Amino acid sequence: MRRIRKHLLPAYATLAFLYLLLPIGVVIFFSFNNPTGRFNYVWEGFTFDNWVHWDAVPGIRDAVVTSLQLAAISTIVATAIGTLVALGIVRHRFRGRSLVNVLVFLPMSTPEIVLGASLLTLFLNMRIVTGFVTIFIAHVMFIISYVVVTVKARLIDFDRHLEEAAMDLGANEWVTFRKITLPLLAPAILSAALLGFALSVDDFVITYFVSGGTTTFPLFVWGAARVSVPPQVNVIASAVFLVALLVMAANVVWQIRSGRREDETLPPALPVPEQLPQAVTR
Amino acid sequence: MRVLHRHRWLTPALLLLPGIAWLAIFFLVPLGFLGYQSLQSGSFDTGYSFSWHFANFSDAISSYDTQLIRSFVYAGVATVVALLISYPLVYWIAFRSGRWKNLFLLLIVAPLFVTYLVRTLAWLNILADEGPVVGILRAIHVLGSDGRILATSVAVVAGITYNFLPFMALPLYVSLEQIDPRLLEAAEDLYASKRQAFLRVTLPLSAPGIVAGTLLTFIPAAGDFINAQLLGTPRQFMVGNVIQSKFLELIDYPAAAALSFVLMALILAGLLLYARVVGTERLTG
Repeated sequence: MRRIRKHLLPAYATLAFLYLLLPIGVVIFFSFNNPTGRFNYVWEGFTFDNWVHWDAVPGIRDAVVTSLQLAAISTIVATAIGTLVALGIVRHRFRGRSLVNVLVFLPMSTPEIVLGASLLTLFLNMRIVTGFVTIFIAHVMFIISYVVVTVKARLIDFDRHLEEAAMDLGANEWVTFRKITLPLLAPAILSAALLGFALSVDDFVITYFVSGGTTTFPLFVWGAARVSVPPQVNVIASAVFLVALLVMAANVVWQIRSGRREDETLPPALPVPEQLPQAVTR
Repeated sequence: MRVLHRHRWLTPALLLLPGIAWLAIFFLVPLGFLGYQSLQSGSFDTGYSFSWHFANFSDAISSYDTQLIRSFVYAGVATVVALLISYPLVYWIAFRSGRWKNLFLLLIVAPLFVTYLVRTLAWLNILADEGPVVGILRAIHVLGSDGRILATSVAVVAGITYNFLPFMALPLYVSLEQIDPRLLEAAEDLYASKRQAFLRVTLPLSAPGIVAGTLLTFIPAAGDFINAQLLGTPRQFMVGNVIQSKFLELIDYPAAAALSFVLMALILAGLLLYARVVGTERLTG
């Protein structure tokens, strides 16, 4: 009995991991499928064709390029803006500070469909034509919060003695910021940027509302799902998955190298857990 | 620099300005417009105009009460199932997995790296009528000979559970990981059995994780429309599907806006109720 019990938890964990990873396996597996009909639901034969001709489906290349461009610029803008907000919140005491905190957390605790719908009403009422720019605006909006949370967490246990030492040695504030603060914050900022990029590339709901005629990769998949999803969609998704995995691994290695505490090498995804409920109830 | 020194408030103001302005203009103001839109009357042909038309709200609730209730039931079931699946798993990672912790955590978030829509579509492959899962269930007579999983509530709830599971698992992991092992040793020294130690020490200390995970799973799940759209039929549609189609297909903006507000209000009410039940101090950690 005891021997069974000892293996119960590991066995359970194995099953749970199988469940979590099965769909990923399926996505990758079916990227090598050679469907004869329109549907890519049933395995019919192995081929590399879909990988070699990943852009053989009309529109897919444009959608992927649009997604990458959007993710790149909205991540850069949101990371810069969000880092500034984090610095402002952690480093300064001012009236309305808790209000700023709430404003930062609210977008994360609002259902995406409400975010998308409300942005659409703004653009409609202001007679702004939806398209690339409006998607960019929306993406920056929802990425900012995640950047603030990630950078803030690092800033809170930041050793300020280093900055004081720099100032004692004659560095002015700008030099101190550039030579001490920024390099020490860099891992957190990079984590935030990676998270932002991932959120942007993956976003469907908000983008769907404010996209107008512009098609990102998730929107392309949505359109394809109404008729039939070509295996090339699996190819792109698998490629994105593998790249994300590599980047994560590299990030973890880099963080270990730069001598951070081990438990901080947590994947950069989802830094919300502890702070969100506070924001909701306060 | 000198100006910044003279006016101490200037630095935080400058730091915050771009971010706060962006969030105010593209998050708060749109919510205002959503409210404005929800009180308009008229039709697509004649145009909509503002008229304090509160009937939009009562109409939204009475016409779509099934979808509203369904959204909350699906989200509730998915949240509970996600908690039941992920608790033992992250417990094992936090206490038993040894030096490969980070790798296992990576495996938990791995599904998030596959495009949301594509990983949902993968369940179409897995649960397909000709697929292995349905085949086995038919063979052991859990399903009838023409029984299926796709296009049922089970498929939609399963999809939601799968998609939001990492949001449950991560905060749970964080709270379990923070538990001081000496507390468990102390419990054993005081003759607590394994079960007692779990129920009296581990479980209460992981409560903040359960609370955070529940929120992070329930909120997006209640507003979801992708799983119902891809894995279900209109008979499984949730309130998100209605909002989406009214906004983007039927162009019935006032009704869609009112329904969005109802969804948000219900979620907020649920949050407050939840805060009452679990206690605010636990929520604020």
